[in-house]
Amino acid sequence: MPLFEIRGLTHFFGGLKAVSDFNLDLQGGELIGLIGPNGAGKTTIFNLVCGVYRPSDGEIRIQGRNAVGLFPHRVTAMGIARTFQNIRLWPEMTVLDNIRVAHNYHLGYGLLSVLLQTSRYRTAEAGIDRTAREILEIMGLTEYSRELARNLPYGLQRKVEIARALTVRPKLLLLDEPSAGMNLGEKQALIELIRWIRKEFNLTIWLIEHEMRVVMNLCEHIHVLDFGATIARGTPEEIQRNPRVVEAYLGKEED
Amino acid sequence: MIGKNLDGEDQRIDRGSGVRKYSLTFLAGLVFVLIVGLSWTGSLSSYAQLVIMFIGVNIIMSASLNLVNGYMGEFSCGHAGFMAIGAYTTSLVTVWFFTKGSVFGPNLMPPEWSVWLFPFILLTGGVAAALVGLMVAIPSFRTRGDYLAIITLAANYIVKSAIENIQTIGGARGFMGMSRVVNEMKNVADLPWMMIWTWISVFITLLLIKRFVSSTYGKGIIAIREDEIAAEIMGVNTRRAKMVAFMLSSGLAGVAGGLFAHILGYINPGSFTIMKSTEALVMVYLGGMGSLSGSVLSAVLFTLMLEVLRPLQVIKWVVVPLILFLLMMFRTEGLLGQRELTDVFPRLKRILGFREETRAAL
Repeated sequence: MPLFEIRGLTHFFGGLKAVSDFNLDLQGGELIGLIGPNGAGKTTIFNLVCGVYRPSDGEIRIQGRNAVGLFPHRVTAMGIARTFQNIRLWPEMTVLDNIRVAHNYHLGYGLLSVLLQTSRYRTAEAGIDRTAREILEIMGLTEYSRELARNLPYGLQRKVEIARALTVRPKLLLLDEPSAGMNLGEKQALIELIRWIRKEFNLTIWLIEHEMRVVMNLCEHIHVLDFGATIARGTPEEIQRNPRVVEAYLGKEED
Repeated sequence: MIGKNLDGEDQRIDRGSGVRKYSLTFLAGLVFVLIVGLSWTGSLSSYAQLVIMFIGVNIIMSASLNLVNGYMGEFSCGHAGFMAIGAYTTSLVTVWFFTKGSVFGPNLMPPEWSVWLFPFILLTGGVAAALVGLMVAIPSFRTRGDYLAIITLAANYIVKSAIENIQTIGGARGFMGMSRVVNEMKNVADLPWMMIWTWISVFITLLLIKRFVSSTYGKGIIAIREDEIAAEIMGVNTRRAKMVAFMLSSGLAGVAGGLFAHILGYINPGSFTIMKSTEALVMVYLGGMGSLSGSVLSAVLFTLMLEVLRPLQVIKWVVVPLILFLLMMFRTEGLLGQRELTDVFPRLKRILGFREETRAAL
């Protein structure tokens, strides 16, 4: 059974067709990219997958189970996690708490357990604390665990966001422009990091990226989007040679 | 609290503070014994006792409202409505169970039992208010956050008008009979019972709120304040979390109402107007949103201030908004902002034996 399928995904914002007939099949283990000019509908597709918007039409299946019309936290529980184009950590919370809160998808206790501090609650919280610290350790963030998220430099915030996404033990990780705002050195480090977490966590990764160096370096397969429609798909080499892609990015040559 | 054995650094801090670990509880206990003792011996005038009890009620009001307005970042402005539900529910239960009357007939239980059953009576007030809270929460959190302000405001008015129009519980004239039962408690044992129940309730309220916002579950509502969409996408069931927090908040307001009713021995709908809700709001914003010690501090200051300004009568309601106005201009974040008292005065932490992690528990 495929890990993840999208069939005929279409979405309208009012009269504007933001995404039209998008298809995708992931068997598991791939690292694929989604590129396209600004406003092509890339982030919209991620939002549709995560349940932020309900698609106007089409199917999304995670391991064969329908994921359309579910609340985002339900989709997360099915094994999808993401990061955001503009970092969306919880700025006034510590790094450790940012990771802890991401455990909410499977708490295993209710309000009464919290208020009475039952042994069940204590065990669950101790487990959450342990895994949160483990994730921070693996990602090399332990020394920042007590810092407020907003006090971290940009690159580290990205890393914390990825750590937070990994906390929900995703099968499919969506990265929305992970290299945005990074300098050359940071971008190189990011490429290494993505390769490494992919192996370490046995992930399938789908990323949106503007930076061609990152995309061409990382992705095995690329979808190119323009005005909501898929205009090309293939390996990085194929995409680079595709005249329609060049046209979408640079405009048509006038003669 | 949690995971203190998992982190080497924490262990080091813990060592040596074993005795001081409970010193905050100890300090609170000392103050409690002192207040109750002084009330019992009669060293405190009954007026002073009344003010001290109102301080307790106001601490519960501001701390519980802080859960919604401060920690969760929503705007609820009808807290007095839930207080009214609690006040009337507990009063009706008390009068129905423990007194002979024209409305409910003979008492169901001997009045002396009221001493031991009073916590349960308070609980019924809390549960009733929480259920009304749920009714408000269901439509409010279906839509964007702004609606909560309007719906809670409306709920406040609905509750007040409903009570005014139910003649069996006194209507606009009010409801009484609780003082007979409170006096009955004094016959069992001559103690300042309402003082005792008030401050026990304050302690439990603060403990529950502290526990809630320190848990991963409760931190979910802080995440909602910080970035709701991120919270939802990262697995927080935001709608349920909001409802749970709102129910907890309104339930605690119900307990405050129950105490209020039994302290005064007489209630009327006029006590639970939008004015009362505003007082709770002022206390939250004065103390600092998302600061529990700020809520306590501001409840104490605000209650005392209202008493000091009492001679001004109506002009009081010019002075109070003026203070709020100045606060908003010069210190938007309130007295403590989002910090706790221990963050402002780090030495307190050592004196009270807090562990380093408290900042995170905020």
